[in-house]
Amino acid sequence: MNNLVIVEHDNNEIAAATLHAVTAAQQIGGDIHLLVAGHNCGGVAEAAAQIAGVASVKVADDASLANGLAENLAGLIVEQAQGYSHILASATTFGKNVMPRAAALLDVAQISDIAEVVSEDTFVRPIYAGNALATVQSSDAVKVITVRTIKFEAAAAEGGSASIEQIGGGADAGLSSWISQAVADNDQVDLTSAKVVVSGGRGMQSGDNFTMLHSVADKLGAAVGASRAAVDSGFVPNELQVGQTGKVIAPDLYIAVGISGAIQHLAGMKESKVIVAINNDSEAPIFQVADYGLVADLFEAVPELDSAL
Amino acid sequence: MKVLVCVKRVLDPQVKARVKADGSGVDLANAKMTMNPFCENALEEALRMREAGTVSEIVVVSVGGGKTEETLRHGLAMGADRAIHVVTEDSLEPLAIAKVLKQVTEQEDAGLVICGKQAIDGDSNQTTQMLSALLGWSQATFASEVKIEGGEATVTREVDAGLETIQVKMPAVMSADLRLNEPRYVKLPDVMKAKRKPMDKIELDSMGLDTANRLTTLKVDEPEGRAAGIIVNSVSELVEKLRNEAKVI
Ligand SMILES: Cc1cc2nc3c(=O)[nH]c(=O)nc-3n(C[C@H](O)[C@H](O)[C@H](O)COP(=O)(O)OP(=O)(O)OC[C@H]3O[C@@H](n4cnc5c(N)ncnc54)[C@H](O)[C@@H]3O)c2cc1C
Ligand SMILES: Nc1ncnc2c1ncn2[C@@H]1O[C@H](COP(=O)(O)O)[C@@H](O)[C@H]1O
Repeated sequence: MNNLVIVEHDNNEIAAATLHAVTAAQQIGGDIHLLVAGHNCGGVAEAAAQIAGVASVKVADDASLANGLAENLAGLIVEQAQGYSHILASATTFGKNVMPRAAALLDVAQISDIAEVVSEDTFVRPIYAGNALATVQSSDAVKVITVRTIKFEAAAAEGGSASIEQIGGGADAGLSSWISQAVADNDQVDLTSAKVVVSGGRGMQSGDNFTMLHSVADKLGAAVGASRAAVDSGFVPNELQVGQTGKVIAPDLYIAVGISGAIQHLAGMKESKVIVAINNDSEAPIFQVADYGLVADLFEAVPELDSAL
Repeated sequence: MKVLVCVKRVLDPQVKARVKADGSGVDLANAKMTMNPFCENALEEALRMREAGTVSEIVVVSVGGGKTEETLRHGLAMGADRAIHVVTEDSLEPLAIAKVLKQVTEQEDAGLVICGKQAIDGDSNQTTQMLSALLGWSQATFASEVKIEGGEATVTREVDAGLETIQVKMPAVMSADLRLNEPRYVKLPDVMKAKRKPMDKIELDSMGLDTANRLTTLKVDEPEGRAAGIIVNSVSELVEKLRNEAKVI
């Protein structure tokens, strides 16, 4: 067996999610190779070679690969697919965008968002917003997989000494071009890797009121998250959304403030170790998953929490 | 330009999925079904494009069993011009759906295909990307804003880091995110009008495609529930528990 893991990066740094995909590959077994496709991404390749358990790193450096455009990157993955039994990426928006395209070109299924490796051809994946877990067995010669990061530990970023091989490739399909990215506030703790997350919902009433949550978050070294309703209402940007269609996270502590606990929101946070809910409606479904529930007006409880920390 | 909007019939998002006791799947008998929410966003966008004059005709297409017709009628009531129902009682995987949709796209000579970002039953998030690959067209997934002008589309995409803007050549395959628009409500007269709109039926078997599934579902389990928690009476009790009992702060 040979695994090819597609490295997600911004030409400077490897996304933490990739380390989780490497662990899934380790559980499948066999050699692990990484594909770094980008532009001026030599530093990323060197960092990739340090990841524990990796045998080799293939680097394709070309302007057409600078921004992970699906058409160009999928073409490259298909060119490199020969000899691999498994091709993996993390189930981030990056992986979700490119991997199904590569799978279709290879005429194989994609197995989305695996939560467990049962054997080399059998995987568990959540369906219906995580309300059911399907165990699926693949009959394809090449298994194209995206990995649910919270279900696999991160591989060690250091300790490996993989060989680095420059490969050609990187033809511009001429179908799309990258224009810009509105990047999130860099000062904030990363939502997907934070140990503590404080999330706000529609109950927060405004974006300004999120300053209360930021203050609590700062004291706890926490990231701030949100429900879809809070994002849709324009309180906070879309990258903070937790849930079925936002980010799936599992911090040690998740504090849900003014969030009702819809199925779709629970899908993104119900595997957190400890869940706290602050809500003034004692019937809110969020209390069914909360380890500690506080029935209170958040406009009183949050400032009080802030000063108690 | 003709646009094809791909819609799927799924379990209503307000209904909690229940796993069958024998572990063979999710129990859909008598369950409330609707059009996949993301597909409503896809259709709404097409309707707005037609209103803006970018699009001349909207065809909704769905692959599924007999009841799929209801979902297509809903699409017609929202305002689509025609419907195509590819009939099969089998539950196809995204790769097979993409092959079917490719053939329909080519037959219809559509210049744009809009899908939903993901179907909320299988949560696959694959069909759009696969269809785009099979057609060899441009791909713009997770769209929260679309502008089509002069043979190109500028698309803002919801990505993990925030918002990304790309430009794609037409023809293209796009997938709609929830914030692309707010789907319109259907009024009773629209429902009546929809009954008279054309709906073509194509038997899957007549298409000559290999739509065999590549995955076998061995079992479907209920996830482990969480143990019941407690209600605390004050913020100070909460902080005390988090410090000394849960030890997470
Ligand atoms: C296809 C689909 C996908 C979706 N994906 C997601 C997703 O990824 N993530 C997501 O979050 N949602 C998602 N949703 C939306 C989801 O169904 C809910 O609508 C949403 O989660 C509700 O957000 P909320 O809890 O903030 O708002 P509400 O449901 O309106 O809840 C607000 C809560 O705040 C409480 N509250 C109000 N005022 C106060 C106060 N002063 N003090 C204390 N408590 C107060 C209320 O009691 C209430 O419980 C999706 C929906 C669909 C259909
Ligand atoms: N059976 C189907 N018929 C028509 N369109 C579909 C079907 N299944 C999926 N799609 C389209 O593909 C999108 C993504 O679905 P999925 O890849 O299953 O998450 C859906 O929102 C639809 O637009």
